[in-house]
Amino acid sequence: MSDGIRAGAAIQLLSPEGERVSNTHYDISLGDAELRDLYRDMVLVRRIDTEATALQRQGELGLWASSLGQEAAQVGSARCLRPGDFAFPTYREHGVTWSRGIKPLEFLAMFRGVTNGGWDPIERGCAIYTIVIGNQALHGAGYAMGIQLDDSDDAVIAYFGDGATDEGDVNEAFVFGSVFNAPVVFFCQNNQWAISQPRERRSRAPIHERAAGFGFPGVLVDGNDILAVMAVTREALDRARTGGGPTLVEAYTYRMAAHTTSDDPTRYRRAEELEIWRLRDPIERLKVFLARQGIADRHYFDQIEQEADELAVHVRDGVRSMPEPEATSMFDHVYAESHTLLEEQRRHLHEYEASFVPGGSA
Amino acid sequence: MTAMTMAKALNTGLRRAMEQDSKVILFGEDIGRLGGVFRITDGLQKDFGEHRVMDAPLAESGIVGAAVGLAMRGYRPVVEIQFDGFVYPAFDQIVSQVAKMHRRTEGTVRMPIVIRIPYGGGIGAVEHHSESPEAYFAHTAGLRVLTPGDPQAAFVTIQQAIACDDPVVYFEPKRRYWDKGDVDEGLDARDRQRVPDPWQARVVKAGDDVTVACYGPMVRTCLEAARASSDASLEVIDLQSLSPLDIETLVASVERTGRLVVVHEASANVGIGAEIAARVTERCFYSLEAPVLRVTGFDIPYPASRLEEHFLPDLDRVLDAVDRAMAY
Ligand SMILES: Cc1ncc(C[n+]2csc(CCOP(=O)(O)OP(=O)(O)O)c2C)c(N)n1
Ligand SMILES: [Mg+2]
Repeated sequence: MSDGIRAGAAIQLLSPEGERVSNTHYDISLGDAELRDLYRDMVLVRRIDTEATALQRQGELGLWASSLGQEAAQVGSARCLRPGDFAFPTYREHGVTWSRGIKPLEFLAMFRGVTNGGWDPIERGCAIYTIVIGNQALHGAGYAMGIQLDDSDDAVIAYFGDGATDEGDVNEAFVFGSVFNAPVVFFCQNNQWAISQPRERRSRAPIHERAAGFGFPGVLVDGNDILAVMAVTREALDRARTGGGPTLVEAYTYRMAAHTTSDDPTRYRRAEELEIWRLRDPIERLKVFLARQGIADRHYFDQIEQEADELAVHVRDGVRSMPEPEATSMFDHVYAESHTLLEEQRRHLHEYEASFVPGGSA
Repeated sequence: MTAMTMAKALNTGLRRAMEQDSKVILFGEDIGRLGGVFRITDGLQKDFGEHRVMDAPLAESGIVGAAVGLAMRGYRPVVEIQFDGFVYPAFDQIVSQVAKMHRRTEGTVRMPIVIRIPYGGGIGAVEHHSESPEAYFAHTAGLRVLTPGDPQAAFVTIQQAIACDDPVVYFEPKRRYWDKGDVDEGLDARDRQRVPDPWQARVVKAGDDVTVACYGPMVRTCLEAARASSDASLEVIDLQSLSPLDIETLVASVERTGRLVVVHEASANVGIGAEIAARVTERCFYSLEAPVLRVTGFDIPYPASRLEEHFLPDLDRVLDAVDRAMAY
């Protein structure tokens, strides 16, 4: 399979050099303020990522899954959502959660190990992170079926990676989306790697072409071009809202960092690859575009840089001072209504641990 | 004897099995060039080739389902599930097909498949990376369930599991991967005269007052408890085979000590400890000085990592149960 970007097969509205390119089918026109805002979001999400990686190295986080290089795919697609829509992220979609208004400390809490969640999905229109590969794609299809039953014009976006397209769950989600004509956008970030497994090992056919077999459209978009990502996602969401059913978007991008902070990519991929993708950086290309068009100047970029510095301090301090959960809180919420056996265990743990504290009751 | 980690012992055992039988093939996510996320298959693809050490697609049902087909074709697939929490997509294939094929085909088709699963907590991991799902599999007739307690056991039992004509779910205590122990590499795992029966529990420390039954990650914990116990002398038994259970070894011990504490990380409810308590009580009712006690994880989903030390049985909780057993 050839490189989708070099082959020119992917929808692109902004070249890696920051030139606006035209496409016969897709276009987007955004106001200057919104364009600047997209830049701001991507810079801030990247800074959170940098800070989180450092915090993991310092032992403040148990693990971190970096979104480095995927900011345009994530911020661009999530930007197209309305408040009533619903997003189902994996564990890497920090640009999505950020765009849904989830606070950095809320999505960092799981990586610190103080919770397995972090926010109220229903209130925020965004599910908590899902680690088991592919599970959330089916949740997206089901949520969309619910929207349909409610006669609403809300829509769902379900995220997953290239590797996830191997899993039964993702393929079953395609079947459910298709059969029920559900208002769901399947958004696959093809970041070229599933831990050590390269894109070539996924399938003989490009991922987006799979949609045809399930009976709905598939689109390949340059995932590092935020304008193209928005144009394509908007169209897919509009289709979903107006009864057109699912769309599979394959956002062609690159995992610039290790799989997670536990991973050592030097064992399986060459450094040159990174150099190629550095030239396609999603933030740099929007920055060049904004500067050339006179939409933003140095003053603006400096201001965002400063905001990012402040955010980094907030993240650092906030993570370090996150309250430790009470031991007995692990018995909370196992059921809507707890039961006697469980409460006995909670009490037992409390008394047992108190017996170690000088003066504590045994 | 060579001092090596459990990870290296497993790697060496796998290598030995592959050298001895060309039908042994490895299949799993990221096991090739990367050598698996825990490096258990490190170097094996390089030495045995991509046709014998295969990187599988990211699909656990696919991995186990394909292993069934490979086994029917005469291979001995050893599959790796990356983490305990990711075996569930394969549960259907394991329970409906792997476990039942021999019976369904009236003994004509064997399933010499090994499903390796790193399991258990204590490594500060995120959700789904610290679970102990062994009871689901022990509950399923047709499956054998093994778990090694130290590097020597790992080196030998992984080879015995591969040689076994029944399917074996092989649980590897991931937080003990880096613990070192002496391994007798010269030992031929096929030599039935010299190697212990894998389905038999092992008395890893003899004692008189309380029998402590454990397995996998808890073997080290219980040995430490035995060392720390000043008032009572503990006999520590590494069950090793969770299905079938070796009740005889337990009965022989409990008839002498009169007390039994079962220790596992998995939740208590309907777990291995419950099974042992029932069986030992039936057999040793008149020898028991105290009820069989369990030290286990709580009946809750595995907690976020900063709480795991409160969830996992440790030396103090084992000794607390020993005290309670002695006080009866
Ligand atoms: C069911 C399941 N199997 C295995 C894993 C271990 N695992 C975590 S991430 C990953 C690779 C995922 O690749 P991809 O879908 O491309 O997403 P990316 O990490 O590249 O964003 C694997 C195998 C898992 N989390 N869930
Ligand atoms: Mg990927």
